[in-house]
Amino acid sequence: MTASSAETALELWLAEQTDKSLLRFLTCGSVDDGKSTLIGRLLYDSQLILDDQLASLRKESRNRTTGDEGIDFSLLVDGLTAEREQGITIDVAYRFFSTDKRKFIVADTPGHEQYTRNMATGASNADLGIVLIDARKGVLTQTRRHSFILSLIGVKHVVLAVNKIDLVGYDADVFNAIEAEYRAFAKDLGFETLAAIPLSALKGDNILDPSPQTPWYNGPQLVPYLESIEVATDRVEQPFRFPVQWVNRPNLDFRGFSGTLASGEVKVGDDILVAASRKPARISRIVTMDGDQQHAIAGEAVTLVLDREVDISRGDVLVHPGETPDYSNQFQARMVWMSDEQAIPGRSYLLKLGAQQVPASITALKFRTNVNTLEQSAAKTLELNEVGTVTIATDKPIAFDSYSDNPLSGSFILIDRISNATLGAGVIEYGLQRAKNLSYQSFDVNRRVRAEMKGQTPQIVWFTGLSGSGKSTVANLIEKRLTSEGRHAYILDGDNVRHGLNKDLGFTDEARVENIRRVAEVARLMADAGLIVIVSFISPFRNERRLAREVAGDVKFTEVFVNTPLEVCEARDPKGLYAKARRGEITNFTGISSPYEAPEKPDIVLHGALQDPVQMADDLYARVFEWDTGYSI
Amino acid sequence: MSSVGPRGLSHLKSLESESIEIFREVAASFERPVMMYSIGKDSSVLLHLARKAFFPSRIPFPVLHIDTRWKFREMIEFRDRMARQYDLDLIVHTNPDGLAAGINPFDHGSAVHTDIMKTQALRQALNAGQYDAAIGGARRDEEKSRAKERIFSHRNAQHAWDPKNQRPELWRIFNTRLAPGESMRVFPISNWTELDVWTYIYAEGIEIPDLYFARRRPVVERSGTLIMVDDDRFRFTPGETAREEMIRFRTLGCYPLSGGIRSDAADLPSIIMEMQASRTSEREGRLIDSDSVGSMEKKKQEGYF
Repeated sequence: MTASSAETALELWLAEQTDKSLLRFLTCGSVDDGKSTLIGRLLYDSQLILDDQLASLRKESRNRTTGDEGIDFSLLVDGLTAEREQGITIDVAYRFFSTDKRKFIVADTPGHEQYTRNMATGASNADLGIVLIDARKGVLTQTRRHSFILSLIGVKHVVLAVNKIDLVGYDADVFNAIEAEYRAFAKDLGFETLAAIPLSALKGDNILDPSPQTPWYNGPQLVPYLESIEVATDRVEQPFRFPVQWVNRPNLDFRGFSGTLASGEVKVGDDILVAASRKPARISRIVTMDGDQQHAIAGEAVTLVLDREVDISRGDVLVHPGETPDYSNQFQARMVWMSDEQAIPGRSYLLKLGAQQVPASITALKFRTNVNTLEQSAAKTLELNEVGTVTIATDKPIAFDSYSDNPLSGSFILIDRISNATLGAGVIEYGLQRAKNLSYQSFDVNRRVRAEMKGQTPQIVWFTGLSGSGKSTVANLIEKRLTSEGRHAYILDGDNVRHGLNKDLGFTDEARVENIRRVAEVARLMADAGLIVIVSFISPFRNERRLAREVAGDVKFTEVFVNTPLEVCEARDPKGLYAKARRGEITNFTGISSPYEAPEKPDIVLHGALQDPVQMADDLYARVFEWDTGYSI
Repeated sequence: MSSVGPRGLSHLKSLESESIEIFREVAASFERPVMMYSIGKDSSVLLHLARKAFFPSRIPFPVLHIDTRWKFREMIEFRDRMARQYDLDLIVHTNPDGLAAGINPFDHGSAVHTDIMKTQALRQALNAGQYDAAIGGARRDEEKSRAKERIFSHRNAQHAWDPKNQRPELWRIFNTRLAPGESMRVFPISNWTELDVWTYIYAEGIEIPDLYFARRRPVVERSGTLIMVDDDRFRFTPGETAREEMIRFRTLGCYPLSGGIRSDAADLPSIIMEMQASRTSEREGRLIDSDSVGSMEKKKQEGYF
């Protein structure tokens, strides 16, 4: 081919390519339904399997179930050695193929229950889901679970692929029964289209052409259907959302805001608002390396320059006036839990939504949805792969939309603050108005005034340590000394608080989290009232001690670790609790049957095995209160 | 969500935007990012995208090349020219131990050479630079185990990948949090295919090394693979001599380990049209992969890019 003829041919071919649209879909279903085989079949039939791959495939396919081509198609996609050994797909894999009409990106997602989180991952970027069913087995628990997740993530188009139809003798009755059962189940899932197709991925029936074995079926074949279905949602029509990702500041003369339009469009000269601060500005330039643009649409990565200096940083969202998103610190969402560690209401997590990242917690678990029956029931926690409807509170307000209005500004993940694992993914249903209207009442008599009256520094001294370590004894000595000096102190003691305020709480992990959260809030209120608050709680978890410090905000907070070895505490056993725990009469006992996470960086460490309580109290007093003769806040 | 509607972006434009977004997320989220630069066509696209992502700022992180000292001479010239042209903060690292031990592909074979001069060298460089994010040009269509890798792929303190314990990656939300000593590998062109890379190079006029174009080059043929004689370190077997053939390379690496293909495609349009008709996969010419089944996955668990 000469250079110029190649160029002409290329231009023609490129023009063809630009007309092609892209369809992202995922395949899901139960183990052994034949997902990998189906994708292998699609790749084979679109002639994407290259000669060298085909040769090695034929070699590997010996001793396996194959179709007429002598190939086990699933070998094409089951990438990881571990999967090949187990013969199952354990992680989401992305595949690429194209036909004359369309380009496709396929997410192959696992059927095993413990990997359902990966299915949600695949669904989050898909326009269409193929739900595979083994014709011999019909609609299974996994089928329902996966369909529900498709619905939750907002996938609007579904193909019910009734596979292995050859193994039921191409029986129309079997197919019709499965289709009817599935349609009944899926009627409330909000799918816009649902097509049921009887097929055999192994034999190739109804993949490309109508199968002579299913004369009773008049519907579309799989590939032609995928090539023609209209799935596009016009993100350009939606309100303008520009999450600022990165502040672009090469020199003092240029300050731009780099990001990708999540939705809508923007033009030079447009008035915009910063969603959080409501500060207005006007677009003066839309900068790209290919030159300035007059306008930009959803999906474009650009750098916006404004006509004036406005305080904007990563996480801010630029919007059009009159089309502003919710801006609140509380919303209702549906979540898929993706971690072995259960969701605990009240625990502090990191929430990431677009470029915004803030501490947040689940304030209420409204209900859990049974993914098999779609029934809702009360729940205290969410376990791995469970779906629940929750209320989320963020430490500071964030900008968001409901997921059904705008997927990119209505979806978020929760991250564990210690392990950094992604714990769950959520879609926002709506913002809660309460947070908007509930502003903090500011009074004229404030903490400073009350501190002045008392002549002391209001503060929180937080003891942590095992039962029997000496916390309460030392706290008692400190309170007596402070009181004798005319200072106003108050002890919040674990046992006492559990008799009143927290008498509804048990000793499970989630109850312990709530226990500490309430006490942290009470301590903060008391410090606001001008008191020195001494908290004597086992407080076994790092996360909640950090939460307590955060709740304290600008109040002085001292974490005191009474570090007395378990053997010593157990030998003392002042309340006889260790003996009971050892006999199994008390469950969830810290140090015996429930963990104690020692502080990594406590402000003060007291050694209960080396010092007696009076020495410890003197030591603490010298370090916290000795020089505190005046007041400061 | 992602399909191109009547008012959407073209396929290449949406791939470009997605990659730019990933680059910016790295710059905003990590303290010490670095971009791997292997001089090949994928690296050339990566470099182009990085320039676009931060324009008019210069690329806000260094660019790292692991030099095994067995790369094609032309690659090194190209690398240094790009560094000057785009004002790159270029870091070149060679494993000093391997160099002292005289490790080379002829005496030690592809497995040992690649492990010491590439995998271990990379680990040394990443440790020395204390990089918390390393950007690479891997694509999901390249190889089966890569099809399952995340865009933001977590590495433990030993730079190892645990395929069974990957963080779920939903929508465009990337969890970029790390514990001390851990790092992230980031692949901005994960969703590109080889064809996308070539058409983008053509559409954007991106410069790539001349080795990709068919030229008359001195080669020897060994078990069906065409090896170019790039310098006088080449070891001929008795009776073997180099002959001139019209060849080009589909991937670039160490010259004794890179197989060329016979071709007349001397310019970009011809390459793309030739590829359209091609019936072999890209990595076939890469000798390191044929050593053992699952070899790419094993290399990655050990820290190979």
